Amino acid sequence: MHTKTIVELGAGLKAGEFTSVELTRHFLERIERYNGELNAFVTITPETALQEAEAADRLLQSGQAGPLTGIPIAQKDIFCTQGVKTSCGSRMLDNFISPYDAAVVERLKQAGIVSLGKLNMDEFAMGSSNETSFYGPVRNPWDRNRVPGGSSGGSAAAVAARIAVAATGTDTGGSIRQPAALCGLTGLKPTYGRVSRFGMIAFASSLDQAGPMAQSAEDAALLLQAISGFDSRDSTCANELVPDYSASLNDSLEGLRIGLPGEYFGEGLDSAIAASIEAAINVYKGLGAEVVEISLPNTALAVPTYYVVAPAECSSNLSRFDGVRFGYRCEDPKDLEDLYKRSRGEGFGAEVKRRIMIGTYALSAGYYDAYYLKAQQTRHLISDDFSKAFEKVDVIMGPTSPATAFGLGEKTDDPVTMYLNDIYTIAANLAGLPAMSLPVEPVNGLPVGLQIVGNYFAEGKLLNVAHRYQQETRWHRQMPEEYVL
Amino acid sequence: MSLDRSDVEKIAHLARMALDETQIDTYASELSNILALVEQLEQADTSGIEPMSHPLHMAQRLRHDEVTEADRREANQAIAPQVENGLYLVPKVIE
Repeated sequence: MHTKTIVELGAGLKAGEFTSVELTRHFLERIERYNGELNAFVTITPETALQEAEAADRLLQSGQAGPLTGIPIAQKDIFCTQGVKTSCGSRMLDNFISPYDAAVVERLKQAGIVSLGKLNMDEFAMGSSNETSFYGPVRNPWDRNRVPGGSSGGSAAAVAARIAVAATGTDTGGSIRQPAALCGLTGLKPTYGRVSRFGMIAFASSLDQAGPMAQSAEDAALLLQAISGFDSRDSTCANELVPDYSASLNDSLEGLRIGLPGEYFGEGLDSAIAASIEAAINVYKGLGAEVVEISLPNTALAVPTYYVVAPAECSSNLSRFDGVRFGYRCEDPKDLEDLYKRSRGEGFGAEVKRRIMIGTYALSAGYYDAYYLKAQQTRHLISDDFSKAFEKVDVIMGPTSPATAFGLGEKTDDPVTMYLNDIYTIAANLAGLPAMSLPVEPVNGLPVGLQIVGNYFAEGKLLNVAHRYQQETRWHRQMPEEYVL
Repeated sequence: MSLDRSDVEKIAHLARMALDETQIDTYASELSNILALVEQLEQADTSGIEPMSHPLHMAQRLRHDEVTEADRREANQAIAPQVENGLYLVPKVIE
């Protein structure tokens, strides 16, 4: 059962081939067997999962089931789940039992999914390798000596090893797309504002978005359908119509204009990955698409811009963790300042501290114009590059990540080297554009991701473009051999 | 911009975050490297460019000034480190 997609499992459930309880038990057994070596789950919730499965089976029997009813998935531990620990990968929230559900969690519950538990992640979603988690690194099921990517590394590893059918993720600078690429999944970061961020622990509020991580574009379409749409509780949530994402999956790609930015194929890109991307582009040419060379001249500014904007916003957002209202509190504080300082000093890990300090510095008196204001201007330049490109093309394609999964510990000594992993993904967050990653031909047995960036609210187009490729190829159905049985 | 020990101590104080004494030099060098990366922005010509504060260039949505939330004080305080009579407790501030 675990080698099947949501669409296939949904058909099996409806046909009565198996029940949601059987399916859920099967996945809980797999988690039991494999989570020790992968460290993908922080919290497993077998009791509530089985209750949800029983409820799903009743719905299935009454003929009222939807496409997600009874499907066992798991939530990134950044989404608040009522009554269940929501750690965000941090010691700061190791004792935090959320008093409410995030909008994403709520909507997936309404759609009838079964939640298997909460997935490991880089601390407060800050990282590209899942090595900054308080709960230890997640291992890549394709090679357990390698990282799964981050920050949604637990989500990626769980789906790649098929110990969950699909998972939720969040993406501030590539945290859905890069782990999806490194683990061979289909992941989508929606347009800024497409999905409600209510109850999703904030990192950088002008960049954060939630999205699905799945085995196929078809599955991602079902999940995105369930979580998208207006929510008055998130003041940045867009009041835009949600189209039927499944309905347009098979649209023809005849005449589709694909933009290839020269800047995404230059120095720093592994040549084998470049060849893999080129092969994928050729599949699109075969489907009737035309390729247009484009330029995104301010690409080199994306990483430096991000490392002002994201830390600045994180230093502000994370000021709420003060040891007073919830989360970690230090032992025996001698006064209020000591309470703040030691609770935060002991509760946050090194990467979170670095980013809070960079942000604090960039926003401090005398430096605001030189850093934050300047970065907001360069952000505009980056955004304008995309607007100009979308006058000429329908989608933009390139690699998701400059290399395949790297070794555990290989990049932990130098934060800046780690940051450069997100060189192709960050710009879409700065511009607020939707973008996805889907698996193409692997290199040396390791997954490679093709990134597709679309115009605002063009998620349907992205899923259509990805789905048509997945009709022509089988890369998305490959899984690490050890986990097939 | 290269940061030294005392800069890091100042920033950590502004962020109300205690640092391990033995880690301060490491932070100083790591933060200096990150700032060196960020300083590439200086090369960009941004004269006359509007700062971009919202990815969709939208204005903040406003709502009517009325009570919309139910009272969930008990549930919210159940997870606090220390409360008494509905109040959060911290070390004594005023002598």
